[in-house]
Amino acid sequence: MIHARGLTREFKVKKETVTAVAGIDLDVEAGQLVAFLGPNGAGKSTTLRMLTTLLPPTSGTATVAGHDVASHPAAVRLRIGYVGQKNSAGENFLVRDELVTQGRCYGLSIRDAAARADELLDLLDLRPLARRKPGTLSGGQRRRLDIALGLIHRPGLLFLDEPSTGLDPKSRADIWQHILRLRETFGTTLFLTTHYLEEADNMAERVVIIDGGRIIADGTAERLKNDLAGDHITITTSTEREARTAARIGDGTATGTTVRLQVPNAAAALPDYLRTLDGAGIKVTTAETARPTLDDVFLALTGRSLTDDDIPA
Amino acid sequence: MTTFLRDTTTVFSREVKPSLREPVGLLFEMGQPLLFLFLFGSLLDGTVGSSWQWFVPGILVMMCLTGPLAAGYTLLVELIGGSMERMMVTPLNRTAMLVGRTMKEMIVLLVQAVLIILLALPLGFELHPVGVLTGLVQLVIFGVGLGSLSFVLAIKSAPGGTLFYIVSQSIMFPLLLCSGVLLPLDAAPAWLQTIGYANPVTYVVDAQRALFAGDLANLSVLYGTAAACAVAAVGLYLGNRAMRRGV
Ligand SMILES: Nc1ncnc2c1ncn2[C@@H]1O[C@H](COP(=O)(O)OP(=O)(O)O)[C@@H](O)[C@H]1O
Ligand SMILES: [Mg+2]
Repeated sequence: MIHARGLTREFKVKKETVTAVAGIDLDVEAGQLVAFLGPNGAGKSTTLRMLTTLLPPTSGTATVAGHDVASHPAAVRLRIGYVGQKNSAGENFLVRDELVTQGRCYGLSIRDAAARADELLDLLDLRPLARRKPGTLSGGQRRRLDIALGLIHRPGLLFLDEPSTGLDPKSRADIWQHILRLRETFGTTLFLTTHYLEEADNMAERVVIIDGGRIIADGTAERLKNDLAGDHITITTSTEREARTAARIGDGTATGTTVRLQVPNAAAALPDYLRTLDGAGIKVTTAETARPTLDDVFLALTGRSLTDDDIPA
Repeated sequence: MTTFLRDTTTVFSREVKPSLREPVGLLFEMGQPLLFLFLFGSLLDGTVGSSWQWFVPGILVMMCLTGPLAAGYTLLVELIGGSMERMMVTPLNRTAMLVGRTMKEMIVLLVQAVLIILLALPLGFELHPVGVLTGLVQLVIFGVGLGSLSFVLAIKSAPGGTLFYIVSQSIMFPLLLCSGVLLPLDAAPAWLQTIGYANPVTYVVDAQRALFAGDLANLSVLYGTAAACAVAAVGLYLGNRAMRRGV
């Protein structure tokens, strides 16, 4: 569905060149749900905009839905749907009118566009809002409308740029339910960006991590976590001095009276570690093991935490 | 060509719907020109012959400037929001996006022009049908050019928008002042007259006044039409280029 090679995009900002995307290779097969994960400014939106023909690449090539984005943008546009980072409906227009317009943009007759608009109003639970202006909708409702607009021509491949950002937990869950249902019912290939770790972890079967315009990891969340981060053991001691010693013994890090270490298999390593500490006369007050998160993966790869900044750009 | 026509219709009907739904908005947009018309019209009565004959064409040209500017602003808002981007991802023809929007602006302009003329009739405005019709055609040509230029400005200003505000704020007043739209240039100091002659709006206003007086053979009609066509050609060329390059 998506095949990109050496995809690069530079911007000129006040005579300086900013490289937003620095040579991306990517292959996505039909039917996959891929989460494109990365901190703000990583180049997620820019990549999406190139794959959806909105932005010409500075260099590199991309074939999307069987056609080259640079030489055959019209063929690509017919086959893909795109839900941008911002809201898609114009402020002056009624919800249903925008859906009908969208259908006509894809060449549907007035009658077909109207029928399709009604179908989507039902599919995304927007029926009671049909005659409202977008400005009067809640964040979650607006996002559902954006998704409806992206689905009007039944695309086999849908791009979503931060579909759930800025929504309350309930609306986020609701949006996800709709996204997952799309995949089940229509087999739509989904390529979406997010900076929410849990979403990428729980929902996607494949996670592609981007940072500084480069892909730094690619695989199932499970594999990334096993290969790149490993499990954690966290213990606390009664004094800070004991904690420092415990950290040295286990090759971990101590913060206050808390010691944290990274091991391949925490459940198996913990009893051994505790016995060793006991032998060294260190009194351990609490001990626990934890499976890694994608944040640990990101931390292992970049030395930074993904959750440091949580404001979408 | 058929897809081009279809796409133009798509854009036009999208744009025109809000105006049809709330036609009162059209009257509000006309508020300022109407105020000017009655204020200046009564003030100037006698100084420039029949003031209405002189003033109605001026007001129409003024609306021909403010309307497209507002249209550019509307486009800018859609460029800053996500709705323009959403349509750029569809196969919709890029030129049709420009033409459909411009057509809607021109319909609005014509409706407003007819309203102004109807309002001025009972006040003593003398109707020369052929001249007025020709005048309206010329006005539409000029408006197409100005509308396109305004769209170009909006596209160049996105996503920040500051450029649009700066240019539109600084250009509107001088264009109006140095064209004789509101006050006759004959009475202005020489330097202002000189600037006036470099301003295409001046030629269009002069032509409009001749046409609305029924004086179709006046040389200023030729100059005005040339100025309007030149602005339309430049506007459409730049507008089309900007739209095709993507936003
Ligand atoms: N139109 C633009 N002009 C200049 N710089 C841009 C533009 N769009 C994006 N950038 C820059 O490119 C980088 C990547 O941005 P973006 O793709 O939006 O990141 P993300 O979506 O991952 O948050 C950022 O540093 C951003 O400032
Ligand atoms: Mg982004």
